[in-house]
Amino acid sequence: MQKTFKVTAESGIHARPATMLVQTASKFDSDIQLEYNGKKVNLKSIMGVMSLGIPQGAQITISAEGSDAADAINALTETLAKEGLAE
Amino acid sequence: MKRLQGIAASNGIAIAKAYRLEHPDLTVEKQTIENPAEQISRFQQALAKSKEELEVIQAHALKELGEDKAAIFSAHLLVLSDPELVQAVEQKIEQERMNAEFALHEVASMFIAMFEAMDNEYMKERAADIRDVTKRVLAHLLGVTISNPSMITEEVVIIAEDLTPSDTAQLNRKYVKGFTTDIGGRTSHSAIMARSMEIPAVVGTKEATAAIQNGDIVIIDGLDGEVIVNPTEEIIAQYEQKRAAFAAQKAEWAKLVHEKTTTSDGHHVELAANIGTPNDVAGVLANGAEGIGLYRTEFLYMGRNELPTEEEQFEAYKTVLEKMEGKPVVVRTLDIGGDKELPYLDLPKEMNPFLGFRAIRLCLDMQEMFRTQLRALLRASVYGNLKIMFPMIATLDEFRQAKAILLEEKEKLVAKGVAVSDDIEVGMMVEIPAAAVLADQFAKEVDFFSIGTNDLIQYTMASDRMNERVSYLYQPYNPAILRLIYNVIEAAHKEGKWVGMCGEMAGEELAVPILLAFGLDEFSMSATSILRVRSQLKKLSKQEAERVKDHILSLATAEEVVHFVKETFQR
Repeated sequence: MQKTFKVTAESGIHARPATMLVQTASKFDSDIQLEYNGKKVNLKSIMGVMSLGIPQGAQITISAEGSDAADAINALTETLAKEGLAE
Repeated sequence: MKRLQGIAASNGIAIAKAYRLEHPDLTVEKQTIENPAEQISRFQQALAKSKEELEVIQAHALKELGEDKAAIFSAHLLVLSDPELVQAVEQKIEQERMNAEFALHEVASMFIAMFEAMDNEYMKERAADIRDVTKRVLAHLLGVTISNPSMITEEVVIIAEDLTPSDTAQLNRKYVKGFTTDIGGRTSHSAIMARSMEIPAVVGTKEATAAIQNGDIVIIDGLDGEVIVNPTEEIIAQYEQKRAAFAAQKAEWAKLVHEKTTTSDGHHVELAANIGTPNDVAGVLANGAEGIGLYRTEFLYMGRNELPTEEEQFEAYKTVLEKMEGKPVVVRTLDIGGDKELPYLDLPKEMNPFLGFRAIRLCLDMQEMFRTQLRALLRASVYGNLKIMFPMIATLDEFRQAKAILLEEKEKLVAKGVAVSDDIEVGMMVEIPAAAVLADQFAKEVDFFSIGTNDLIQYTMASDRMNERVSYLYQPYNPAILRLIYNVIEAAHKEGKWVGMCGEMAGEELAVPILLAFGLDEFSMSATSILRVRSQLKKLSKQEAERVKDHILSLATAEEVVHFVKETFQR
């Protein structure tokens, strides 16, 4: 399953937000991917996420596959909303 | 036993075990290996140990430096457990039969190159994070020690070639009793840090790292600039006495904490402190300062990867102003460049940074950054007695431009209904000889001057203060310097403006009577010098000092000045 977001954070997905997303994703067993601008990376990889250099206004898609995929997507949606990163 | 002579950089005496701050050689060689499983296990162990260390460092940073700085270590921890990195290293070990060190080096280099190639400055900086983390794991693989000053858990004195701001940020005041370095002078970063941490330090010993081993007992005499390695029992006893005598004298000075600074003939001058962060205010108040004469705002911008936001700055300025409870706080706007770099601004390297694109020159060019700082200051102004000064002003036009930008931002805020104080004095640093010579013209437009002697001396004498070979030219008592200082004070007083001094000179025992004679209004120094200077000023008479003013100004060499002042005032 997957879900698409629009990044609202002023400085995009920088180190601190990336850290929080990776920390959240790492709690789940599912394979979780983050896609931006045609590039797909492992959302459990901090360097992968930061290498995308996601700016404000970007469209990003998070997809998860595995036993706890739905929970993972929900948790990540919550992190993005709580930190005011994306909607 | 061995004695080393250096420069006394911070008062006091420390006796403790040596802790060498090392930056070890981490070059690795490629080896073909037989047993990949063994290499993978070594790699895993090195990762685990590194994680353990980083968790401790992170907890420490959280406690001592705040959430903001600790966040960097969260990112570092995630790099260590990054599946892309870990899997790539393990694959290399298995498929290419290479040793763990080299596999890690190769994979890390690839990631570093990838980040460095990005056209976003912020992302380029991430390469440094990866390098930092990799170093730690490599050190574990190679079995060499990488220093973690934040993990020290017993009383030590630090031995280092030099201390960088990030080194000092990690030092725990509870355990670090003093330090000594190979290089540096009284005004180098490490010396300034030692004074703000109130720990004894001797810098510029040239051979501390060569002569001192981990665990050696070391005496650091920050009063006389001496370091003694593995002293005898007798010498230790002797220095314990010296330490006690110094403590007793400090206790004597401490009685002056709540007194005003008044000379024996009833003249009042203001003794203020220099600070770098809101954390320094506690020391300022404990030492009885009558204000803050220099708040160096660049520390807000250093040791991080992006510019501080307006909100972060506002909070810092507000905290300082509130804690000072209406006492004057002179904030110097961003003074970056020269020896203080901000990697994330990505400014080109210069041949001559001290004469280059720095301080107000940079701020007038990078106006967004400058305006953000000014807005934060203006918003904070209602919480205390704020005065703003601009660094490195060379021409009247620069001062006018900077002030106009300040007024523009003020008007915009007021139009939006934001409260801004109407009594903010706006002044300038006098550190460029051109400004000192033309002080009569500047005095008509500024509210005050603050003389920055460290730079004023280096620019007047054309002598790099970091260069030991020309350090003999760093002469605060050279009559050329004294005449410039006197010229600035006279010019300001003619226009009814006040003059402070925020360089090291303001706290020097020999300089105090001269500056009193010249009519300096505010002396700003390291907080730890305040009570000593107050005690000295109480014994001096302004009238008597003024009587020898003309004679001091008529002397020809620094030696003559020093000799005369000692003869006249130290009797």
